[in-house]
Amino acid sequence: MSFSNVRTIFSKELRSFFNSPVAYIVIVVFLVILGWFFTSNLFIANISSLRTVFEMTPFLLLFFAPAITMRLISEEKKTGTLELLITKPVRESEIIVGKFLAAWALYVFTLLPTLCYYVIVSMIGHLELGPVVGGYLGLLLVGGVFLAVSIVGSALTENQVVAFIVSFLIVFGLFMLDKVLIYLPVSLATVFEYISVDYHFSNIARGVIDSRDIIYYGSAITFLLMLGTAILQKRRWS
Amino acid sequence: MSILVSQLSKNYGDAKAVDNISFEVHSGEILGFLGPNGAGKTTTMRMITCFLTPTAGSVQVEGLDIRTHSLEVRRLVGYLPEQNPLYLDMNVVEYLSYAAELQGVLKHRVSLRLREMVEVCGLGEMKHKDIGQLSKGYRQRVGLAAALIHDPRVLILDEPTSGLDPNQIVEIRSLIQNIGKEKTVVLSTHILPEVQATCDRVVIINRGKIVADSPIAELQHSMQGGEKVLLEVDTPAGSRFEAIALQLRVIPAVENVSLLAELDGRKSLSIETTGADIRKDLFRLCVEKGWTLIELHREKTSLEDIFRQLTSDQTK
Repeated sequence: MSFSNVRTIFSKELRSFFNSPVAYIVIVVFLVILGWFFTSNLFIANISSLRTVFEMTPFLLLFFAPAITMRLISEEKKTGTLELLITKPVRESEIIVGKFLAAWALYVFTLLPTLCYYVIVSMIGHLELGPVVGGYLGLLLVGGVFLAVSIVGSALTENQVVAFIVSFLIVFGLFMLDKVLIYLPVSLATVFEYISVDYHFSNIARGVIDSRDIIYYGSAITFLLMLGTAILQKRRWS
Repeated sequence: MSILVSQLSKNYGDAKAVDNISFEVHSGEILGFLGPNGAGKTTTMRMITCFLTPTAGSVQVEGLDIRTHSLEVRRLVGYLPEQNPLYLDMNVVEYLSYAAELQGVLKHRVSLRLREMVEVCGLGEMKHKDIGQLSKGYRQRVGLAAALIHDPRVLILDEPTSGLDPNQIVEIRSLIQNIGKEKTVVLSTHILPEVQATCDRVVIINRGKIVADSPIAELQHSMQGGEKVLLEVDTPAGSRFEAIALQLRVIPAVENVSLLAELDGRKSLSIETTGADIRKDLFRLCVEKGWTLIELHREKTSLEDIFRQLTSDQTK
Protein backbone atom coordinates (compact mmCIF):
# COMPACT_ATOMS: atom_id res chain seq x y z
CA MET A 1 0.00 0.00 0.00
CA SER A 2 1.40 3.35 -1.02
CA PHE A 3 1.27 5.91 1.75
CA SER A 4 1.35 8.86 -0.64
CA ASN A 5 -1.78 7.67 -2.50
CA VAL A 6 -3.61 7.24 0.81
CA ARG A 7 -2.58 10.74 1.82
CA THR A 8 -3.68 12.22 -1.52
CA ILE A 9 -7.12 10.63 -1.27
CA PHE A 10 -7.36 11.48 2.44
CA SER A 11 -6.70 15.18 1.94
CA LYS A 12 -8.96 15.42 -1.10
CA GLU A 13 -11.84 13.84 0.83
CA LEU A 14 -11.24 15.95 3.91
CA ARG A 15 -11.24 19.10 1.80
CA SER A 16 -14.46 18.13 0.07
CA PHE A 17 -16.07 17.50 3.49
CA PHE A 18 -15.41 21.11 4.38
CA ASN A 19 -16.47 22.35 0.94
CA SER A 20 -19.96 20.94 1.40
CA PRO A 21 -22.58 22.18 3.84
CA VAL A 22 -23.60 18.64 4.80
CA ALA A 23 -20.57 18.14 7.02
CA TYR A 24 -21.19 21.40 8.89
CA ILE A 25 -24.85 20.60 9.42
CA VAL A 26 -24.09 17.13 10.75
CA ILE A 27 -21.37 18.46 13.07
CA VAL A 28 -23.60 21.21 14.44
CA VAL A 29 -26.52 18.86 15.03
CA PHE A 30 -24.20 16.39 16.74
CA LEU A 31 -22.74 19.01 19.05
CA VAL A 32 -26.10 20.63 19.86
CA ILE A 33 -27.71 17.35 20.88
CA LEU A 34 -24.68 16.24 22.88
CA GLY A 35 -24.43 19.66 24.52
CA TRP A 36 -28.05 19.62 25.54
CA PHE A 37 -27.73 16.21 27.21
CA PHE A 38 -24.47 17.20 28.85
CA THR A 39 -25.63 20.47 30.40
CA SER A 40 -29.04 19.25 31.53
CA ASN A 41 -27.53 16.16 33.15
CA LEU A 42 -24.71 18.09 34.74
CA PHE A 43 -27.06 20.25 36.76
CA ILE A 44 -29.71 17.62 37.49
CA ALA A 45 -27.33 14.87 38.62
CA ASN A 46 -24.89 17.30 40.21
CA ILE A 47 -21.99 14.92 39.57
CA SER A 48 -18.71 16.01 38.10
CA SER A 49 -18.28 13.42 35.36
CA LEU A 50 -18.26 13.19 31.58
CA ARG A 51 -20.41 10.06 31.64
CA THR A 52 -23.16 11.62 29.56
CA VAL A 53 -20.68 12.43 26.81
CA PHE A 54 -19.44 8.87 26.72
CA GLU A 55 -22.93 7.37 26.94
CA MET A 56 -24.58 9.60 24.38
CA THR A 57 -21.86 9.73 21.73
CA PRO A 58 -22.07 6.08 20.59
CA PHE A 59 -25.82 6.54 20.32
CA LEU A 60 -25.45 9.69 18.21
CA LEU A 61 -22.78 7.94 16.16
CA LEU A 62 -25.42 5.51 14.93
CA PHE A 63 -26.70 8.38 12.80
CA PHE A 64 -23.53 10.43 12.50
CA ALA A 65 -21.29 7.73 11.03
CA PRO A 66 -23.59 6.70 8.17
CA ALA A 67 -24.47 10.34 7.50
CA ILE A 68 -20.95 11.60 6.91
CA THR A 69 -19.79 8.43 5.13
CA MET A 70 -22.73 7.56 2.89
CA ARG A 71 -21.59 9.56 -0.14
CA LEU A 72 -17.89 8.67 0.00
CA ILE A 73 -18.04 5.80 -2.47
CA SER A 74 -21.66 5.64 -3.61
CA GLU A 75 -21.47 9.09 -5.15
CA GLU A 76 -18.31 8.21 -7.06
CA LYS A 77 -20.12 5.17 -8.39
CA LYS A 78 -23.11 7.21 -9.43
CA THR A 79 -21.25 10.04 -11.18
CA GLY A 80 -18.72 7.69 -12.76
CA THR A 81 -15.68 9.25 -11.10
CA LEU A 82 -14.91 5.85 -9.57
CA GLU A 83 -13.85 4.83 -13.08
CA LEU A 84 -11.34 7.68 -13.10
CA LEU A 85 -10.03 6.66 -9.71
CA ILE A 86 -9.76 2.94 -10.45
CA THR A 87 -8.01 3.45 -13.78
CA LYS A 88 -5.28 5.45 -12.04
CA PRO A 89 -2.35 3.56 -10.54
CA VAL A 90 -4.11 3.33 -7.18
CA ARG A 91 -4.98 0.19 -5.26
CA GLU A 92 -8.52 -0.35 -4.04
CA SER A 93 -7.21 -0.66 -0.50
CA GLU A 94 -5.64 2.79 -0.76
CA ILE A 95 -8.96 4.27 -1.86
CA ILE A 96 -10.81 2.63 1.04
CA VAL A 97 -8.22 3.50 3.69
CA GLY A 98 -7.85 7.09 2.44
CA LYS A 99 -11.57 7.70 2.56
CA PHE A 100 -11.94 5.96 5.90
CA LEU A 101 -9.20 8.06 7.48
CA ALA A 102 -10.80 11.23 6.11
CA ALA A 103 -14.13 10.32 7.73
CA TRP A 104 -12.34 9.44 10.95
CA ALA A 105 -10.50 12.76 10.93
CA LEU A 106 -13.77 14.61 10.49
CA TYR A 107 -15.14 12.69 13.48
CA VAL A 108 -12.11 13.59 15.59
CA PHE A 109 -12.61 17.19 14.53
CA THR A 110 -16.23 16.97 15.67
CA LEU A 111 -15.22 15.58 19.06
CA LEU A 112 -12.61 18.26 19.69
CA PRO A 113 -15.07 20.92 20.93
CA THR A 114 -16.37 18.46 23.56
CA LEU A 115 -12.99 18.80 25.29
CA CYS A 116 -14.35 22.07 26.69
CA TYR A 117 -16.73 19.93 28.78
CA TYR A 118 -13.65 18.48 30.40
CA VAL A 119 -12.35 21.96 31.19
CA ILE A 120 -15.72 23.08 32.59
CA VAL A 121 -16.27 20.01 34.76
CA SER A 122 -12.73 19.98 36.14
CA MET A 123 -13.17 23.63 37.09
CA ILE A 124 -16.28 22.99 39.15
CA GLY A 125 -15.34 19.67 40.65
CA HIS A 126 -12.77 16.92 40.86
CA LEU A 127 -12.49 14.89 37.65
CA GLU A 128 -10.41 11.74 37.41
CA LEU A 129 -8.25 11.73 34.30
CA GLY A 130 -8.16 7.95 33.70
CA PRO A 131 -11.79 7.43 32.71
CA VAL A 132 -11.69 10.57 30.56
CA VAL A 133 -8.70 9.37 28.55
CA GLY A 134 -10.21 5.90 28.36
CA GLY A 135 -13.56 7.34 27.38
CA TYR A 136 -12.16 9.37 24.53
CA LEU A 137 -10.02 6.49 23.32
CA GLY A 138 -13.11 4.32 23.40
CA LEU A 139 -15.09 6.90 21.46
CA LEU A 140 -12.40 7.02 18.79
CA LEU A 141 -12.43 3.24 18.46
CA VAL A 142 -16.23 2.88 18.45
CA GLY A 143 -16.37 5.65 15.89
CA GLY A 144 -13.74 3.86 13.83
CA VAL A 145 -15.81 0.69 13.72
CA PHE A 146 -19.02 2.53 12.86
CA LEU A 147 -17.31 4.55 10.13
CA ALA A 148 -15.70 1.42 8.69
CA VAL A 149 -19.12 -0.25 8.58
CA SER A 150 -20.51 2.81 6.80
CA ILE A 151 -17.68 2.75 4.23
CA VAL A 152 -18.69 -0.81 3.40
CA GLY A 153 -22.32 0.30 3.15
CA SER A 154 -21.33 3.08 0.80
CA ALA A 155 -19.29 0.71 -1.38
CA LEU A 156 -22.27 -1.58 -1.79
CA THR A 157 -24.57 0.77 -3.67
CA GLU A 158 -24.61 3.86 -5.82
CA ASN A 159 -27.58 5.26 -3.92
CA GLN A 160 -26.66 7.39 -0.90
CA VAL A 161 -29.98 6.80 0.86
CA VAL A 162 -29.63 3.05 0.52
CA ALA A 163 -26.04 3.35 1.77
CA PHE A 164 -27.25 5.27 4.83
CA ILE A 165 -29.98 2.77 5.66
CA VAL A 166 -27.82 -0.32 5.20
CA SER A 167 -25.01 1.20 7.31
CA PHE A 168 -27.46 2.34 9.98
CA LEU A 169 -29.01 -1.12 10.28
CA ILE A 170 -25.63 -2.78 10.70
CA VAL A 171 -24.26 -0.33 13.27
CA PHE A 172 -27.58 -0.43 15.09
CA GLY A 173 -27.29 -4.22 15.22
CA LEU A 174 -23.74 -4.01 16.58
CA PHE A 175 -24.88 -1.44 19.13
CA MET A 176 -27.87 -3.45 20.33
CA LEU A 177 -26.12 -6.81 20.62
CA ASP A 178 -25.19 -6.52 24.28
CA LYS A 179 -28.60 -5.11 25.17
CA VAL A 180 -30.43 -8.30 24.24
CA LEU A 181 -28.07 -10.65 26.07
CA ILE A 182 -30.54 -11.48 28.82
CA TYR A 183 -32.87 -13.07 26.27
CA LEU A 184 -30.20 -15.40 24.95
CA PRO A 185 -28.81 -18.76 26.05
CA VAL A 186 -25.48 -18.42 27.82
CA SER A 187 -23.41 -20.02 25.06
CA LEU A 188 -24.68 -17.53 22.49
CA ALA A 189 -24.55 -14.65 24.90
CA THR A 190 -20.78 -14.78 25.32
CA VAL A 191 -20.28 -14.69 21.56
CA PHE A 192 -22.71 -11.81 21.17
CA GLU A 193 -21.08 -10.00 24.03
CA TYR A 194 -17.71 -10.30 22.37
CA ILE A 195 -19.02 -8.99 19.02
CA SER A 196 -20.88 -6.14 20.66
CA VAL A 197 -19.26 -2.76 20.19
CA ASP A 198 -20.71 -1.32 23.35
CA TYR A 199 -19.46 -4.06 25.67
CA HIS A 200 -15.83 -3.33 24.80
CA PHE A 201 -16.50 0.37 24.96
CA SER A 202 -17.82 0.22 28.50
CA ASN A 203 -14.64 -1.60 29.55
CA ILE A 204 -12.43 1.12 28.13
CA ALA A 205 -14.68 3.93 29.35
CA ARG A 206 -14.17 2.75 32.94
CA GLY A 207 -10.53 3.62 32.41
CA VAL A 208 -9.41 0.02 32.04
CA ILE A 209 -7.46 -0.24 28.83
CA ASP A 210 -7.29 -3.94 28.12
CA SER A 211 -5.44 -5.31 25.11
CA ARG A 212 -8.40 -7.59 24.36
CA ASP A 213 -10.63 -4.60 23.71
CA ILE A 214 -8.03 -2.84 21.60
CA ILE A 215 -7.53 -6.01 19.56
CA TYR A 216 -11.28 -6.30 19.12
CA TYR A 217 -11.57 -2.81 17.66
CA GLY A 218 -8.41 -3.10 15.60
CA SER A 219 -9.44 -6.38 14.04
CA ALA A 220 -13.02 -5.21 13.44
CA ILE A 221 -11.81 -2.10 11.60
CA THR A 222 -9.23 -4.08 9.62
CA PHE A 223 -11.78 -6.70 8.65
CA LEU A 224 -14.32 -4.10 7.54
CA LEU A 225 -11.80 -2.17 5.46
CA MET A 226 -10.69 -5.40 3.79
CA LEU A 227 -14.33 -6.18 3.08
CA GLY A 228 -14.76 -2.76 1.50
CA THR A 229 -11.63 -3.32 -0.59
CA ALA A 230 -12.96 -6.69 -1.75
CA ILE A 231 -16.26 -5.10 -2.76
CA LEU A 232 -14.43 -2.54 -4.89
CA GLN A 233 -12.25 -5.23 -6.42
CA LYS A 234 -15.21 -7.41 -7.22
CA ARG A 235 -16.68 -4.88 -9.61
CA ARG A 236 -13.74 -5.35 -11.94
CA TRP A 237 -15.11 -8.80 -12.55
CA SER A 238 -18.73 -7.80 -12.95
CA MET B 1 3.76 -2.30 -30.77
CA SER B 2 1.99 -0.10 -28.31
CA ILE B 3 -1.20 -2.02 -27.59
CA LEU B 4 -1.69 -5.67 -28.38
CA VAL B 5 -5.17 -7.09 -27.91
CA SER B 6 -5.46 -10.80 -28.51
CA GLN B 7 -8.54 -12.99 -28.41
CA LEU B 8 -10.16 -10.72 -25.91
CA SER B 9 -13.63 -11.56 -24.62
CA LYS B 10 -15.91 -10.13 -21.99
CA ASN B 11 -19.22 -11.62 -20.90
CA TYR B 12 -21.84 -9.91 -18.79
CA GLY B 13 -23.76 -12.90 -17.50
CA ASP B 14 -24.79 -14.73 -20.66
CA ALA B 15 -24.41 -11.74 -22.94
CA LYS B 16 -21.17 -11.48 -24.88
CA ALA B 17 -20.22 -7.81 -24.91
CA VAL B 18 -16.87 -8.44 -26.55
CA ASP B 19 -16.35 -11.67 -28.43
CA ASN B 20 -12.85 -12.88 -29.16
CA ILE B 21 -11.37 -9.76 -30.73
CA SER B 22 -7.74 -9.17 -31.68
CA PHE B 23 -6.09 -6.04 -32.96
CA GLU B 24 -2.95 -4.02 -32.45
CA VAL B 25 -2.14 -0.37 -32.22
CA HIS B 26 1.27 0.83 -33.35
CA SER B 27 3.25 3.43 -31.46
CA GLY B 28 2.44 6.98 -32.48
CA GLU B 29 -0.72 5.99 -34.29
CA ILE B 30 -4.21 7.45 -33.91
CA LEU B 31 -6.62 4.57 -34.08
CA GLY B 32 -10.33 5.14 -34.57
CA PHE B 33 -12.45 2.61 -32.77
CA LEU B 34 -15.73 2.69 -34.55
CA GLY B 35 -19.03 0.97 -34.00
CA PRO B 36 -22.71 1.48 -33.38
CA ASN B 37 -23.83 2.14 -29.81
CA GLY B 38 -23.61 -0.99 -27.71
CA ALA B 39 -21.09 -2.68 -30.00
CA GLY B 40 -18.54 -3.21 -27.24
CA LYS B 41 -16.29 -0.18 -27.69
CA THR B 42 -16.51 1.02 -24.11
CA THR B 43 -16.13 -2.48 -22.70
CA THR B 44 -12.96 -3.02 -24.74
CA MET B 45 -11.50 0.30 -23.62
CA ARG B 46 -12.37 -0.45 -20.01
CA MET B 47 -10.41 -3.66 -20.26
CA ILE B 48 -7.38 -1.93 -21.78
CA THR B 49 -7.46 0.62 -18.95
CA CYS B 50 -7.76 -2.10 -16.25
CA PHE B 51 -11.24 -1.01 -15.15
CA LEU B 52 -12.69 -4.38 -16.08
CA THR B 53 -10.99 -7.76 -16.09
CA PRO B 54 -11.42 -9.75 -19.31
CA THR B 55 -13.34 -13.02 -19.28
CA ALA B 56 -10.74 -14.45 -21.66
CA GLY B 57 -7.83 -13.31 -23.76
CA SER B 58 -5.13 -10.80 -23.03
CA VAL B 59 -4.14 -7.19 -23.50
CA GLN B 60 -0.60 -5.89 -23.50
CA VAL B 61 0.20 -2.21 -23.25
CA GLU B 62 3.79 -1.35 -24.14
CA GLY B 63 4.62 -5.00 -23.54
CA LEU B 64 3.01 -5.13 -20.09
CA ASP B 65 0.11 -7.47 -19.41
CA ILE B 66 -2.96 -5.86 -17.85
CA ARG B 67 -3.44 -8.75 -15.43
CA THR B 68 0.07 -9.13 -14.08
CA HIS B 69 1.24 -5.51 -14.36
CA SER B 70 -1.99 -3.65 -13.77
CA LEU B 71 -0.49 -0.75 -11.82
CA GLU B 72 2.32 -0.23 -14.34
CA VAL B 73 -0.14 -0.26 -17.24
CA ARG B 74 -2.32 2.31 -15.49
CA ARG B 75 0.75 4.49 -15.02
CA LEU B 76 1.40 4.45 -18.79
CA VAL B 77 -2.16 5.12 -19.87
CA GLY B 78 -4.17 8.32 -19.88
CA TYR B 79 -7.90 7.66 -19.99
CA LEU B 80 -10.90 9.83 -20.68
CA PRO B 81 -14.00 7.75 -19.88
CA GLU B 82 -17.32 8.03 -21.68
CA GLN B 83 -19.47 10.91 -20.40
CA ASN B 84 -16.32 12.50 -18.93
CA PRO B 85 -17.01 12.10 -15.20
CA LEU B 86 -15.49 14.87 -13.05
CA TYR B 87 -15.59 16.07 -9.46
CA LEU B 88 -17.88 19.05 -9.91
CA ASP B 89 -17.11 20.56 -6.50
CA MET B 90 -13.37 20.89 -7.17
CA ASN B 91 -11.81 23.71 -9.10
CA VAL B 92 -9.73 23.04 -12.18
CA VAL B 93 -6.31 23.42 -10.56
CA GLU B 94 -7.28 21.34 -7.51
CA TYR B 95 -8.60 18.59 -9.72
CA LEU B 96 -5.61 18.52 -12.02
CA SER B 97 -3.14 18.38 -9.15
CA TYR B 98 -5.20 15.60 -7.53
CA ALA B 99 -5.01 13.66 -10.80
CA ALA B 100 -1.29 14.38 -11.07
CA GLU B 101 -0.54 13.15 -7.56
CA LEU B 102 -2.53 9.95 -8.06
CA GLN B 103 -0.76 9.36 -11.36
CA GLY B 104 2.52 9.54 -9.53
CA VAL B 105 3.83 12.76 -11.05
CA LEU B 106 6.81 13.78 -8.95
CA LYS B 107 6.08 16.53 -6.44
CA HIS B 108 8.39 19.13 -7.93
CA ARG B 109 7.04 18.52 -11.43
CA VAL B 110 3.34 18.83 -10.56
CA SER B 111 3.11 22.60 -10.91
CA LEU B 112 5.11 22.54 -14.14
CA ARG B 113 2.88 19.87 -15.69
CA LEU B 114 -0.16 21.75 -14.46
CA ARG B 115 0.92 24.93 -16.20
CA GLU B 116 1.67 23.02 -19.39
CA MET B 117 -1.69 21.29 -19.43
CA VAL B 118 -3.58 24.50 -18.71
CA GLU B 119 -1.83 26.00 -21.71
CA VAL B 120 -2.15 23.04 -24.08
CA CYS B 121 -5.84 22.60 -23.31
CA GLY B 122 -6.63 26.31 -23.27
CA LEU B 123 -7.86 26.46 -19.68
CA GLY B 124 -6.10 29.68 -18.67
CA GLU B 125 -9.15 31.75 -17.79
CA MET B 126 -10.99 28.88 -16.16
CA LYS B 127 -8.31 27.47 -13.91
CA HIS B 128 -9.73 28.81 -10.64
CA LYS B 129 -13.36 28.08 -11.41
CA ASP B 130 -15.28 25.14 -10.01
CA ILE B 131 -15.63 22.42 -12.62
CA GLY B 132 -19.39 22.43 -11.98
CA GLN B 133 -19.60 25.95 -13.39
CA LEU B 134 -17.83 25.15 -16.65
CA SER B 135 -19.51 24.56 -20.00
CA LYS B 136 -19.40 21.14 -21.56
CA GLY B 137 -16.59 22.09 -23.93
CA TYR B 138 -14.39 23.30 -21.10
CA ARG B 139 -15.22 20.23 -19.00
CA GLN B 140 -14.04 18.10 -21.90
CA ARG B 141 -10.77 20.02 -21.93
CA VAL B 142 -10.40 19.49 -18.19
CA GLY B 143 -10.99 15.77 -18.72
CA LEU B 144 -8.36 15.70 -21.47
CA ALA B 145 -5.91 17.72 -19.38
CA ALA B 146 -6.33 15.26 -16.50
CA ALA B 147 -5.80 12.32 -18.84
CA LEU B 148 -2.61 13.93 -20.15
CA ILE B 149 -1.24 15.26 -16.87
CA HIS B 150 1.36 12.52 -16.40
CA ASP B 151 2.50 12.68 -20.03
CA PRO B 152 1.26 9.15 -20.80
CA ARG B 153 2.57 7.21 -23.74
CA VAL B 154 -0.87 5.82 -24.50
CA LEU B 155 -4.08 7.80 -24.55
CA ILE B 156 -7.49 6.14 -24.53
CA LEU B 157 -10.42 8.44 -25.30
CA ASP B 158 -13.97 7.15 -25.12
CA GLU B 159 -16.19 9.32 -27.31
CA PRO B 160 -14.21 12.49 -26.64
CA THR B 161 -16.48 14.74 -28.69
CA SER B 162 -19.94 13.48 -27.73
CA GLY B 163 -22.31 16.20 -26.66
CA LEU B 164 -20.19 19.08 -27.91
CA ASP B 165 -21.31 21.74 -30.38
CA PRO B 166 -19.71 21.79 -33.86
CA ASN B 167 -17.12 24.46 -32.96
CA GLN B 168 -16.06 22.63 -29.83
CA ILE B 169 -15.84 19.39 -31.79
CA VAL B 170 -13.40 20.98 -34.23
CA GLU B 171 -11.33 22.37 -31.35
CA ILE B 172 -11.15 19.07 -29.48
CA ARG B 173 -10.29 17.22 -32.68
CA SER B 174 -7.38 19.48 -33.48
CA LEU B 175 -6.25 19.16 -29.88
CA ILE B 176 -6.29 15.37 -30.23
CA GLN B 177 -4.39 15.55 -33.50
CA ASN B 178 -1.72 17.68 -31.89
CA ILE B 179 -1.41 15.28 -29.00
CA GLY B 180 -1.41 12.32 -31.37
CA LYS B 181 1.81 13.43 -33.00
CA GLU B 182 3.80 12.05 -30.10
CA LYS B 183 1.51 9.52 -28.49
CA THR B 184 -0.43 6.42 -29.25
CA VAL B 185 -4.09 7.37 -29.26
CA VAL B 186 -7.16 5.15 -29.37
CA LEU B 187 -10.39 7.06 -29.70
CA SER B 188 -13.84 5.56 -29.93
CA THR B 189 -16.72 7.17 -31.70
CA HIS B 190 -19.85 6.45 -33.62
CA ILE B 191 -19.42 9.63 -35.67
CA LEU B 192 -17.80 8.77 -38.98
CA PRO B 193 -16.41 12.12 -40.14
CA GLU B 194 -14.48 12.18 -36.89
CA VAL B 195 -12.55 9.11 -37.90
CA GLN B 196 -11.88 10.52 -41.34
CA ALA B 197 -10.75 13.79 -39.83
CA THR B 198 -8.46 12.52 -37.08
CA CYS B 199 -7.43 8.90 -37.43
CA ASP B 200 -4.76 7.01 -39.31
CA ARG B 201 -6.40 3.65 -38.98
CA VAL B 202 -9.83 2.37 -38.16
CA VAL B 203 -11.11 -0.72 -36.39
CA ILE B 204 -14.82 -1.26 -36.84
CA ILE B 205 -16.56 -3.34 -34.23
CA ASN B 206 -20.10 -4.63 -34.31
CA ARG B 207 -21.90 -6.80 -31.77
CA GLY B 208 -18.64 -7.54 -30.00
CA LYS B 209 -16.77 -8.63 -33.12
CA ILE B 210 -14.30 -6.84 -35.34
CA VAL B 211 -15.68 -6.42 -38.83
CA ALA B 212 -12.93 -4.29 -40.34
CA ASP B 213 -9.37 -3.31 -39.44
CA SER B 214 -7.38 -1.26 -41.93
CA PRO B 215 -6.00 2.17 -42.76
CA ILE B 216 -8.81 4.48 -43.79
CA ALA B 217 -7.68 4.93 -47.39
CA GLU B 218 -7.35 1.19 -47.87
CA LEU B 219 -10.73 0.54 -46.39
CA GLN B 220 -12.38 2.91 -48.84
CA HIS B 221 -10.50 1.32 -51.69
CA SER B 222 -11.30 -2.25 -50.79
CA MET B 223 -14.97 -1.55 -50.38
CA GLN B 224 -15.35 0.32 -53.65
CA GLY B 225 -16.56 -2.79 -55.45
CA GLY B 226 -20.05 -1.52 -56.19
CA GLU B 227 -19.55 1.92 -57.64
CA LYS B 228 -22.46 3.94 -58.90
CA VAL B 229 -22.76 6.49 -61.68
CA LEU B 230 -25.65 8.90 -61.91
CA LEU B 231 -26.67 9.89 -65.41
CA GLU B 232 -29.29 12.40 -66.40
CA VAL B 233 -30.03 12.73 -70.11
CA ASP B 234 -32.56 14.38 -72.43
CA THR B 235 -33.67 11.79 -74.94
CA PRO B 236 -36.04 12.26 -77.89
CA ALA B 237 -39.66 12.13 -76.76
CA GLY B 238 -41.12 8.67 -76.87
CA SER B 239 -37.89 6.72 -76.32
CA ARG B 240 -38.40 4.09 -73.66
CA PHE B 241 -36.29 3.34 -70.64
CA GLU B 242 -35.88 -0.31 -71.57
CA ALA B 243 -34.40 0.62 -74.93
CA ILE B 244 -31.94 3.02 -73.35
CA ALA B 245 -30.97 0.51 -70.70
CA LEU B 246 -30.28 -2.03 -73.40
CA GLN B 247 -27.96 0.38 -75.16
CA LEU B 248 -26.18 1.20 -71.90
CA ARG B 249 -25.54 -2.43 -71.18
CA VAL B 250 -23.36 -2.58 -74.26
CA ILE B 251 -20.66 -0.95 -72.11
CA PRO B 252 -18.89 -3.95 -70.55
CA ALA B 253 -18.54 -2.62 -67.01
CA VAL B 254 -22.25 -1.88 -66.57
CA GLU B 255 -23.95 -4.29 -64.24
CA ASN B 256 -27.35 -2.87 -63.64
CA VAL B 257 -29.36 0.15 -64.72
CA SER B 258 -32.30 1.54 -62.87
CA LEU B 259 -34.61 4.45 -63.53
CA LEU B 260 -34.73 7.04 -60.78
CA ALA B 261 -37.05 9.63 -62.36
CA GLU B 262 -38.59 10.43 -65.70
CA LEU B 263 -40.14 13.63 -67.01
CA ASP B 264 -41.09 13.74 -70.70
CA GLY B 265 -37.88 12.69 -72.40
CA ARG B 266 -35.60 13.54 -69.50
CA LYS B 267 -34.46 10.54 -67.54
CA SER B 268 -32.41 10.11 -64.40
CA LEU B 269 -30.60 6.80 -64.33
CA SER B 270 -28.55 5.07 -61.74
CA ILE B 271 -25.92 2.78 -63.21
CA GLU B 272 -24.11 0.24 -61.10
CA THR B 273 -20.70 -0.77 -62.36
CA THR B 274 -18.06 -3.32 -61.51
CA GLY B 275 -15.75 -0.53 -60.42
CA ALA B 276 -14.19 0.65 -63.66
CA ASP B 277 -14.67 4.27 -64.60
CA ILE B 278 -17.29 4.33 -67.39
CA ARG B 279 -17.91 8.06 -67.62
CA LYS B 280 -16.03 8.46 -70.90
CA ASP B 281 -17.94 5.60 -72.45
CA LEU B 282 -21.19 7.10 -71.30
CA PHE B 283 -20.31 10.44 -72.80
CA ARG B 284 -19.44 8.88 -76.16
CA LEU B 285 -22.64 6.88 -76.13
CA CYS B 286 -24.68 10.01 -75.51
CA VAL B 287 -23.01 11.78 -78.41
CA GLU B 288 -23.50 8.81 -80.66
CA LYS B 289 -27.21 8.47 -79.83
CA GLY B 290 -27.89 12.17 -79.86
CA TRP B 291 -28.92 12.37 -76.18
CA THR B 292 -28.31 15.66 -74.44
CA LEU B 293 -26.18 15.09 -71.38
CA ILE B 294 -27.52 17.02 -68.39
CA GLU B 295 -25.63 15.46 -65.51
CA LEU B 296 -23.02 12.79 -65.07
CA HIS B 297 -21.26 11.97 -61.85
CA ARG B 298 -19.68 9.12 -60.00
CA GLU B 299 -20.65 8.37 -56.44
CA LYS B 300 -17.69 7.28 -54.32
CA THR B 301 -18.47 4.83 -51.60
CA SER B 302 -18.26 6.93 -48.47
CA LEU B 303 -17.14 5.70 -45.10
CA GLU B 304 -20.75 5.92 -44.08
CA ASP B 305 -21.75 3.40 -46.71
CA ILE B 306 -18.96 1.08 -45.65
CA PHE B 307 -20.00 1.43 -42.06
CA ARG B 308 -23.60 0.65 -42.89
CA GLN B 309 -22.64 -2.30 -45.06
CA LEU B 310 -20.44 -3.74 -42.36
CA THR B 311 -22.74 -3.25 -39.44
CA SER B 312 -26.28 -3.48 -40.80
CA ASP B 313 -26.38 -7.05 -42.06
CA GLN B 314 -25.81 -8.34 -38.57
CA THR B 315 -28.10 -6.07 -36.62
CA LYS B 316 -31.54 -7.62 -36.33
